[in-house]
Amino acid sequence: MPFGNTHNNFKLNYKVEEEFPDLSKHNNHMAKVLTKEIYGKLRDKQTPSGYTLDDVIQTGVDNPGHPFIMTVGCVAGDEESYEVFKDLLDPVISDRHGGYKATDKHKTDLNFENLKGGDDLDPNYVLSSRVRTGRSIKGFTLPPHNSRGERRLIEKLSVEALTSLDGEFKGKYYPLKSMTDAEQEQLIADHFLFDKPVSPLLTCAGMARDWPDARGIWHNDNKTFLVWVNEEDHLRVISMQKGGNMREVFRRFCTGLQRIEEIFKKHNHGFMWNEHLGYILTCPSNLGTGLRGGVHVKLPKLSTHPKFEEILTRLRLQKRGTGGVDTASVGGVFDISNADRLGSSEVYQVQLVVDGVKLMVEMEKKLEKGEAIDSMIPAQK
Amino acid sequence: YCLNILSCFLYLCSAEYPDLRKHNNCMASNLTPAIYAKLCDKATPNGYTLDQAIQTGVDNPGHPFIKTVGLVAGDEESYEVFAELLDPVIKERHNGYDPRNMKHPTDLDASKIQSGQFDERYVLSSRVRTGRSIRGLSLPPACTRAERREVERVVVDALAGLKGDLTGKYYSLTQMTEKEQQQLIDDHFLFDKPVSPLLTCAGMARDWPDARGIWHNNEKTFLIWVNEEDHTRVISMEKGGNMKRVFERFCRGLKEVEHLIQEKGWEFMWNERLGYILTCPSNLGTGLRAGVHVKLPLLSKDARFSKILDHLRLQKRGTGGVDTAAVGGVFDISNLDRLGQSEVQLVQTVVDGVNYLIECEKRLERGQDIKVPPPLKQFK
Repeated sequence: MPFGNTHNNFKLNYKVEEEFPDLSKHNNHMAKVLTKEIYGKLRDKQTPSGYTLDDVIQTGVDNPGHPFIMTVGCVAGDEESYEVFKDLLDPVISDRHGGYKATDKHKTDLNFENLKGGDDLDPNYVLSSRVRTGRSIKGFTLPPHNSRGERRLIEKLSVEALTSLDGEFKGKYYPLKSMTDAEQEQLIADHFLFDKPVSPLLTCAGMARDWPDARGIWHNDNKTFLVWVNEEDHLRVISMQKGGNMREVFRRFCTGLQRIEEIFKKHNHGFMWNEHLGYILTCPSNLGTGLRGGVHVKLPKLSTHPKFEEILTRLRLQKRGTGGVDTASVGGVFDISNADRLGSSEVYQVQLVVDGVKLMVEMEKKLEKGEAIDSMIPAQK
Repeated sequence: YCLNILSCFLYLCSAEYPDLRKHNNCMASNLTPAIYAKLCDKATPNGYTLDQAIQTGVDNPGHPFIKTVGLVAGDEESYEVFAELLDPVIKERHNGYDPRNMKHPTDLDASKIQSGQFDERYVLSSRVRTGRSIRGLSLPPACTRAERREVERVVVDALAGLKGDLTGKYYSLTQMTEKEQQQLIDDHFLFDKPVSPLLTCAGMARDWPDARGIWHNNEKTFLIWVNEEDHTRVISMEKGGNMKRVFERFCRGLKEVEHLIQEKGWEFMWNERLGYILTCPSNLGTGLRAGVHVKLPLLSKDARFSKILDHLRLQKRGTGGVDTAAVGGVFDISNLDRLGQSEVQLVQTVVDGVNYLIECEKRLERGQDIKVPPPLKQFK
């Protein structure tokens, strides 16, 4: 079934200079890497499903970016995009992931028992703990490119897998296009419901096509394990709970993922993964673990300390407002999570969060007592 | 295991068929599973597909009161390759015009217009717009950057050859100075990157603002948009009620531009079935919207206003254009129809209709009653 931007051969009637995008006002990773030479080399290629270079870069052409915030500016349409367009994507990945080389190997470790501690973050400061990642299902193209038929099959397989879970993972699926008003209200109240993407970063990449067809939310009865189907990735998997027991959150995360993967493998549709890039997701920024492990933590004093940013950088952590990416913090409460995704394992990244947040809470307590924290500032991790 | 290739194919097609149950647009009303199965593996010579054509209608279910078209053409051949869907859509949108057995008349002889000067105590401004596509280049939903740049080059080249009262200048969106931008905003000439999902979901805002721009003559009465929703949008306007002169300049300008592109070996997309070919099926035929800003404070409050407009084959909009409200009793009144009647016929309809509306307003001012005119015939 032809879909997407498949009239690539027709474009080859034009010269490279005539087709090359004007990136003179752009500030994103794609624009920094894409030269006329690379464009010329890759423009006649396509993945087996027909995804082309122009498809990969369209979102970055349409969204010049911001002088302060460096977006990625390109997406993958399928697993093979990372191979066919590696001359563009490898340098983008390197820039985005701290110099990660084309020959580097990524370690996957979802053995929660390897995490040290993490069950004793002070709940007076740590209000909630959460770990999320994404998974793509092998054999299907990704959200920028997939057809309605593929998306529906992804939903069907995902729902079969999820509804077969039991015990702490027993739950229910709510398809976006047929949930009742009452269900919708409840999902909003629980902060589970996701909306049609409005960010042009996503819409220009074609990820909102056919909304809300084959999109939905699954969560367990305990409301501690949540899966988004067909939003920005095939699956987004989230484990969370109130308080500071990150260890328990991570245990449930790893166990749930393992159970789901087993079921997909039985149907010959395992997750997309390779030993160079780890888990394959739509946006190159989410390669590797695709993991964002974080807490909502009260740091009113530390957050106004002049060394706050430096502490975060040294701990390999990032801050966001409690509304998520691109929001401001409210009442001194910050979302603190790992900055890295590729080149270190899940256990390692969650360990950084656990250790780093523990340290920052100690610093906050010191500052409350009017004491200095200079001796506590860590070396660069 | 498939019993045969046909049933395999139909199964695959039904898996791809969009869910249109909550949709209210012309595409959704006409795209049956059978038509989808027949067309889903076809592509135009440039590679444009059915899924691409209907994407905007799938993504925008529509409004219970306003029925949008719900599909676009990616190139001239879309209207042939996907005729099985497009012909019924065109028939529905253009009030029964059947492309399979009717011909569209083109007439740009402005001298035929009668009584084309309105009472300027009522008509504040007059305007005629249309679009033109350059044959051989894909349309905005599908064009590549190189094609779009070629459209710009061909059109700007031709416009540079206009003389006399049509002498003017091109302002590229990527290169205009801040001063030029401010002037274009003050003149109400500047167009923005489309935000309507009807357009963005069809891919028309890709690569913005590359190869987009505005040309206008020095007198600011003839304006051309390059690479917005169509290859070109051509607008003739002036303050006051001299619709005949506005239309005369419109026709003259269009003919001049056509002549200039023909000298270089190009031509406009046109055929006798559909008239001028544009991106949206709603703009086929003449692509013409001729209208005025007219003061009708009394008539607009009369309960018969909508019916009078309907019978005169006119539509009202607010003075901000489509989907805006009227301010101070001033309305944008223009022709409803685009396809099946010529430019001269449609402009005459507007002239006759607006004159009738002004008569009604005057009668109401004098405390006299007004009559709802009999409905005009659709296709002359």
